[in-house]
Amino acid sequence: MTDTLVQPSAASPTARAVRDLLRSRELAVGVVLLLLIAVTTLKSNAFLFSSTGWRDLLLTPSMLVLLAVGQTAVIITRNVDLSVGSTLGLTAYLTGRLFIDTGLPIIAVVLAGILMGAALGAINGVLVAFGRVPALVITLGTMYIYRGAFLTWAGSDRINADDMPRTFRDLGTDSILGIPVLTIVAAVVLAAVGYYLRTARGGRELYAIGSDPDAAELYGLQVRRRIFSAFVLSGALAGLAGVVSAARFGTVSSSVGSGIELEAVGAAVIGGVAIFGGSGTVWGAALGAMLLVTIYRSLPVLGISDFWQQAVVGALIIGAIVLDRVLVTRQERALVAARDTSAGSTSPGAPTLAPVVAGDAQEGTR
Amino acid sequence: MTTLTQTPGGTGTPTPGPRTYADYSRPFWQRVVLSREFAVIALLIAAIVYSRSQVDYFSGPQTMYYLFRDSASILLLALPMTAIIVTGEIDLSVASTVGLTSVAFGMLHVDAGLSVVVAALVAIAIGALCGAFNGFLVAYVGLPSIAVTIGTLALFRGIAAGLLGTESRTDFPDSWTDLAKERIIEDQPYPMILIPFVVLAVLFALLLHFSPFGRGVYEIGLNDEAAHFTGVDVARTKAILFVLAGTVAGFVGIYTTLVTGVARAENSVGLELQVIAAVLLGGVSIFGGRGALPGVIAGVLLIGVIQRAMLLNGQTINVINIVIGVLLVLSVMSTSLLALGRNVVSASKGARSSGRSSDSAGKRSLS
Repeated sequence: MTDTLVQPSAASPTARAVRDLLRSRELAVGVVLLLLIAVTTLKSNAFLFSSTGWRDLLLTPSMLVLLAVGQTAVIITRNVDLSVGSTLGLTAYLTGRLFIDTGLPIIAVVLAGILMGAALGAINGVLVAFGRVPALVITLGTMYIYRGAFLTWAGSDRINADDMPRTFRDLGTDSILGIPVLTIVAAVVLAAVGYYLRTARGGRELYAIGSDPDAAELYGLQVRRRIFSAFVLSGALAGLAGVVSAARFGTVSSSVGSGIELEAVGAAVIGGVAIFGGSGTVWGAALGAMLLVTIYRSLPVLGISDFWQQAVVGALIIGAIVLDRVLVTRQERALVAARDTSAGSTSPGAPTLAPVVAGDAQEGTR
Repeated sequence: MTTLTQTPGGTGTPTPGPRTYADYSRPFWQRVVLSREFAVIALLIAAIVYSRSQVDYFSGPQTMYYLFRDSASILLLALPMTAIIVTGEIDLSVASTVGLTSVAFGMLHVDAGLSVVVAALVAIAIGALCGAFNGFLVAYVGLPSIAVTIGTLALFRGIAAGLLGTESRTDFPDSWTDLAKERIIEDQPYPMILIPFVVLAVLFALLLHFSPFGRGVYEIGLNDEAAHFTGVDVARTKAILFVLAGTVAGFVGIYTTLVTGVARAENSVGLELQVIAAVLLGGVSIFGGRGALPGVIAGVLLIGVIQRAMLLNGQTINVINIVIGVLLVLSVMSTSLLALGRNVVSASKGARSSGRSSDSAGKRSLS
């Protein structure tokens, strides 16, 4: 029985890569996204081909992409971070405050925002990893605390566009070679985290922890330290998203970032990140975030009142997890069939059956 | 197969002899007093006593009335939420169901011209339907409840927003809106809504603590596979609980509409997290299998008392949110801190058993 499970695939690496790609969730979400853009553009050329349309298409999702990347790192470890929206609000306000109260250069302010987010994430991480309490409860609590701290600190004043230097606000709208700066920032973060999770030891350990925390502990992985760093990453990216939101919108109001935590979780779920950890990629989560934001923007163009956008998003999330379930059930059935036939036959590990196991069992379409 | 531990006689019918172990490991008073529920109730009483003596106007006639009236939605929603969390699931969509039923109630009454009673019944049925949708996906399709209800959180709220947009419906008969605000006895701080709440609380307490169904709920939370093998219909139990949550949310939707006089899509946004915070504060374990309704009700009222007292003291709602968040974190931390302390104590006593007693933190990190 175990012979089949360790048998490497007989197919060539290229063939396997192509098949993995075709079966991947990322491709499916990407195709849906492209179809949505195509249909909307057919309806109204300006959606894609006007200069603002092109810019908004890339620029608007950047904030949610950052949050979804951080959220994915946390969800992969079988945790969740509900406090990112409050962290975002707090750092956005900090950004504005630093510009008003100090003469710090822009780069220092951006770093301060990221550090602030990382510190808030570290609080979550300490409580979850070392306090041994469920992340859902802790981050629900810190969501209230951070939001309360933000609103108490801000009081009734809000940050206006005039309070921030012109060069900083220009970052929110500027483009390099037709690609907005903030989109480049989000893409760089996405690429770095994606590469780390796929190849680095720390990244693979996050998957291992999420797949089976007890096994990871027995195996000798530094479970607590890894979970802690996942929360720090999520907090730091939420902090960066706060800076991005300040630059993008030019104002910081008291409601900034409220409710966005569930959108970030939703984006990850749509992108194929399993809510019980252990599988999914940041690429999928980022595409999910882009899909969510693009739906928001394209519904009015398609003639559907934008009041329905939330309903569409909800239906999409449910559709995504139902689809996941169908795929997992089908895969389990294939695995059972593969096991039964190979157990019955005299030669273990028929080569035709091995690829089913080798291709999907590790991190595929769950 | 089961002849491993037969009595030497081998007849298979063990004679009921005297028990060699106590009915319970601890006497009755200890089981009552040394529980989390009792700690929350004691904290509630302490908060009330402190507020009455230290906070101006807290003992005034209006304070308790508004406390009950504003906490009523959370009190009602906490009842089914407790049962759901005890099974180890979670329902994030209740507040959206409230919004949807509020909108449905308003439109059925104002636009379709149905009478208040008929509109209310239809709205409650819609709430039950929402719950059934969640229940079907969680219990029978087997999807994780946190993901499903994040989806329906957006879906139900989205349908409400799609139906009514930013409009609102306000034409409700005065007799009904007054009824929602009326007091049971003149000059007493008990609003009318407490009557249905007490009825529902008693029903839920009977269901959860004094019925085979309720035992099944706890068993599912502790180990759903074991529950299945002892004859509990796990899927049906979970589905029923989600339907109950939707039904109660439908009722809360009507109550919210009548007490505020407005039916709109944004009613009760974010209420789900307040409900969950109160339930967890009341001593229900997020891992399932532990918790009791008295503690939960005390938890909701504790948050209400703290809010009222701090508002009267001139604090803003933001500081209050910080306090509630800290309280929530501390209450869940207390379990592991207590366990840590107990481990230290038992270790110093010379640790007879090597197995760790209750360390389920790594088992399931969410829902």
